[in-house]
Amino acid sequence: MKSRLLPLGLLLVGLIVAAILPASGLVNDYLQFVLISVAINAILCVSLNLVNGWMGEFSVGHAGFMALGAYASSILTVKLFPTAPTALLFPVAVLIGGGVAGLAGIPVGILSFKTRGDYLAIITLAFLMIVKSGLENIPYTGGPRGMLGIPRLTTVAWAYFWCVVAFWVIRNLVYSKYGRGISAIREDEIAAEAMGVNTRQAKLVAFVTSSFFAGVAGALFAHQLQFINPSSFDILKSTEILVMVYLGGVASLGGSLLGAGFVTILTQCLQPLGTWRMVVLPSLLVILMLFRPGGIMGYRDWSWLKPRLSIKPVRKSNEESQEQEKITP
Amino acid sequence: MKYLIQQAINALQLGSIYALIALGYSMVYGVLTMINFAHGDVFMLGAFFCLLLIAIVPVPFWLALIVVMGATAMLGTLIERFAYRPLRNAPRVSAIITALGCGLVIQNTTLGLSPYARPMPHLLENVTYQFSGITITLLQIIIIGVSVGLMLVLDFLIRKTSFGMAMRAVASDRATVSLLGVPANEVIAITFAIGAALGGAAGLLYGMAYPVVSAAMGISVGWKAFVAAVIGGIGNMRGAVLGAFILGAVEVMTVAVLPSTYRDLIAYSLLLLILIFKPHGLLGKPTLQKA
Repeated sequence: MKSRLLPLGLLLVGLIVAAILPASGLVNDYLQFVLISVAINAILCVSLNLVNGWMGEFSVGHAGFMALGAYASSILTVKLFPTAPTALLFPVAVLIGGGVAGLAGIPVGILSFKTRGDYLAIITLAFLMIVKSGLENIPYTGGPRGMLGIPRLTTVAWAYFWCVVAFWVIRNLVYSKYGRGISAIREDEIAAEAMGVNTRQAKLVAFVTSSFFAGVAGALFAHQLQFINPSSFDILKSTEILVMVYLGGVASLGGSLLGAGFVTILTQCLQPLGTWRMVVLPSLLVILMLFRPGGIMGYRDWSWLKPRLSIKPVRKSNEESQEQEKITP
Repeated sequence: MKYLIQQAINALQLGSIYALIALGYSMVYGVLTMINFAHGDVFMLGAFFCLLLIAIVPVPFWLALIVVMGATAMLGTLIERFAYRPLRNAPRVSAIITALGCGLVIQNTTLGLSPYARPMPHLLENVTYQFSGITITLLQIIIIGVSVGLMLVLDFLIRKTSFGMAMRAVASDRATVSLLGVPANEVIAITFAIGAALGGAAGLLYGMAYPVVSAAMGISVGWKAFVAAVIGGIGNMRGAVLGAFILGAVEVMTVAVLPSTYRDLIAYSLLLLILIFKPHGLLGKPTLQKA
């Protein structure tokens, strides 16, 4: 039990630190903004990694799910319940934002039953474009001008909390027996099906989980920036998330964290470059793909992020050698 | 009736530009089974090269077309040589991401150098012809004529010449073809060059027809052409042309009936619908999915 309580305690300490950090005056508003951005991007990155990394598909529609979450939650906080107590409303709004995005993940998941690879990438692209131009044509949410006056409810503590939830859920999913089915689809779908993996169900679960957390991230994003419009969720946003995933490393929790942190902080450091920073980032990605196609931590993870094996191995040396095998790609 | 014919001419004009770009996507996909996401930005650069050329020396239209096609062909070959060729045997996803990255680099470099949309100077005299109430401009005739001409040349090249045979062979089995002595890398490089040249020509024509050139063109128009290629069945040249004309017609009809903001919505919904019922496009052959 001790080993289980320790990480839980550490996470709780982290949450308390995140809660008192803004009040302590140690970090200014700008640093808080960067911290929240890292957390939001980490949620986006790990959720896209579920589909693009562990399941091995290529989705470019993540910004579309994010947009749905952002709009759904903002409608709640701005249009429907502008006077409700925010402490109560915000968690509900984020959950509903995630839920709406998760529901939208179902049709995309169903379409992925039959189509794979490039054609699935095209379907997700079409989904993103339909969401974006659909939102542009809804006058209720301001059309192409977007929604203004969203209350600033995303705090460091909330961002941290949702980030931990996203990592925890996805970690437990991909390292479970069920989740190994998702990785099996990446390696060989036909073989996975032959071995008894319910590929359709696994794909649906992966897509819905991934889009749920994209929606959560979108809700946090909207309540951080206080302003959203359809063009903030275009193909560039998707590409930004893709850069994080493939820079950090595919199918890796630690990689998602590293990629999100690295890209967010680099983007902030390159702010003086203006437009040119979007030249530096993709160039970095291209160079990385040429020399290290798996990203920084592709298919590997820090051992403390992985769950312990539930079956006790017979010999200790055996366990170590198994660990070694997993670490070397 | 007159209105319909007028709209049909507009649809032909838009469709033929889409077709030129879509051919580039389709050719590369046919040879390498790789989506060349940077192609839309090569198309955009075609328009900018033309702008640059006219700013330096005022050249006639035909010369500008040839120079722009040459420049984009070189660019396409360079991208292939330095970004895609090293990844020939890497996982497919790496190649797609590299393509996306290259596209972004091109787009944002252009944006950095020229942040605002620029007007395209007139290369041709503004001549209009009237045929019993139907107006057609010289520009429209030239756009449709040049596009159809280039497509016919390409069709001849692919079906009747030894290069075309080599290209089709590389598309069907690259490893075997290399063993039989066909220089696969050269064939792929030339395919990229031809695709990029067509994209450059489309960029020039698009810049003349809708005389504003901006760095965002690569996404707004280039990706639409990609949709056209997929509708027709990516990898199939005639499918790409068919898809482009269908998309052009649908877009012109959408704008005629609905507000123009619905254009993208309808275009991408059409793509999704076609992919649901014909997962490999209208003329594409169902192949075994390789992982």
